[in-house]
Amino acid sequence: MINLLLFPIILPFFFAILLLFFKEKIRTQRILTLIGVVVSLASSLVLLWTVKTEGIQAITLGSWPAPFGISMVSDMLSALLVTTTLLLTLFIVIYSFTSIGEERERYFYYPAILFMVTGVNGAFTTGDIFNMFVFFEVLLIASYILIVLGGTKKQLRESLKYILVNVISSALFVITVAYLYSVVGTLNMADISVKISEVNQPGIITVIAVLFLIVFGIKGSIFPLYFWLPGSYAAPPIPVLALFGALLTKVGIYAIMRTYTLFFIHNTGFTHEILMILSILTIIAGCIGALAYFDLKQIIIYNIVIAVGVILFGASQMNEAGMSGAVFYLIHDMLIKGALFLLIGVIIYITGTSNLRKMGGLMKTHAPLGWFYLIAAFGLAGIPPLSGFIGKLLIVQGAFEAGNIWSGIIVLASSLVVLLSVMRIFIYAFWGESKVALPKTNRKTYNRLMAPALVLVVLTIVYGIGTEWLLPFMTDATDVLLQPSIYIDAVLK
Amino acid sequence: MELLMAILIGVLFTAAVYLILSRSILKIIIGTGLLSHGAHLLILTMGGLGGSAPPVLSDGVTDFADPLPQALILTAIVISFGVTAFILVLAYRAYAVHKTDDMNQLKGNDEHD
Repeated sequence: MINLLLFPIILPFFFAILLLFFKEKIRTQRILTLIGVVVSLASSLVLLWTVKTEGIQAITLGSWPAPFGISMVSDMLSALLVTTTLLLTLFIVIYSFTSIGEERERYFYYPAILFMVTGVNGAFTTGDIFNMFVFFEVLLIASYILIVLGGTKKQLRESLKYILVNVISSALFVITVAYLYSVVGTLNMADISVKISEVNQPGIITVIAVLFLIVFGIKGSIFPLYFWLPGSYAAPPIPVLALFGALLTKVGIYAIMRTYTLFFIHNTGFTHEILMILSILTIIAGCIGALAYFDLKQIIIYNIVIAVGVILFGASQMNEAGMSGAVFYLIHDMLIKGALFLLIGVIIYITGTSNLRKMGGLMKTHAPLGWFYLIAAFGLAGIPPLSGFIGKLLIVQGAFEAGNIWSGIIVLASSLVVLLSVMRIFIYAFWGESKVALPKTNRKTYNRLMAPALVLVVLTIVYGIGTEWLLPFMTDATDVLLQPSIYIDAVLK
Repeated sequence: MELLMAILIGVLFTAAVYLILSRSILKIIIGTGLLSHGAHLLILTMGGLGGSAPPVLSDGVTDFADPLPQALILTAIVISFGVTAFILVLAYRAYAVHKTDDMNQLKGNDEHD
């Protein structure tokens, strides 16, 4: 089964096409989507296990020799990300059954999700830089549909901006690939890495490295390029927001991690210094935003920005501890952001508003929601037994080992701000007395919305407690990132 | 020849940036069109403008143009075509709902919806 690594990409694609034929039959759509995601998840778990036992899986499509065809490469990092993506999609799809509304379901909501998952999984798995551009477009065009679907005034306004920003960054991506092609004359990522080593990274390659940072920085929202994210992400409904918040920026982060550990490793004093400074500024900008708002959505959205900064800061240290911390934190952040968005979706459903000042006293009526939100909030901040702890611990350890004491302290201080921002939601929404009468809500709907959110929170708890069990997977992922020769040998065998 | 193309692409990018920074949605979309033209011409130029024959196998020809950039451009063209069609329809819908094509008036927040 050498095609195993293609299954998590092809299966969602196949089911998305199948769904196009059942536009009006919402029940059929739901069942097919569920089957599609579960089957894809199963295949990705098999893939994860295969990568663990047999090492990196790589094929070049059409049996061409490696640098000439399109290579697909599944190392531990991409296998982990693909599995996490499908896991999150499963919960968000189940949540959508209750939350998204028939009007949207009738207009290709589920196919758009599956096409987006195809793009995300493809971008995680590809070993060809132009193919990565194509998969980026696949996920972006599907995300355009998801962000505007429904066509409310706010969505139309914000999606115009979202699409414009992404069109410009896509053009920049094409330009950057053109420059890179003219210098190295190849598109295969392993081959590019070899060619850059041969010419020993002249100045032009460093310029291209910075261009890549700008392109992927716009997708992944790092400091001076994150301006589009808070407005755009606040527009779509909660399940779409959860999908975007958990997956889309992470594709940009993955691309930065991949290019900065595979291509541009010969002049790290310049490129990785820039990456580190920008990620620290990203953390600070995110912290300011997270404290500034009294809106549930905006607080969590700015926490995405903070997490982007923390992950990239860990990756920019280029040592064992920092890198494995970044991988731990990346997976943790996908899970916890998914869980948090689903939970605040439930809060918004109960109270009918996302304004913190109009809430209060939910603990009396909805205690389980409160406790699970508290656990997720502690997990996000990194309280020891929970999932965010080990990643941040390793990242800070990496920073101290690399001699970046002050940056490490800023990362630690950002945890306090994160905790403060999410605890403010807890205090304002759950404590005290209810300020306005709650709108009448259906208990059955509430239970159906709670179920996927709770399971996701439980999963993050397991992720935190099972650190020891996950460590061998993370070590494999880190090894490939720190030693590009493993990746190159697997592709150009 | 490459130098000339580089200057032309630079002019296209300049015009695109100028148009994208304007207020009218239509001008912005025209700007993205120019931007993708510039990007596509850049791939062609960066692949090298050498080669005397088109990349089609034929007897007695050894000096082909580089086929790879042409395939990349073709891919990029259809993608930007799809996105441009989408954004044009979106701009039309936004105009119908918001009754304005001025980006400055599309700021707003929740209270204005």
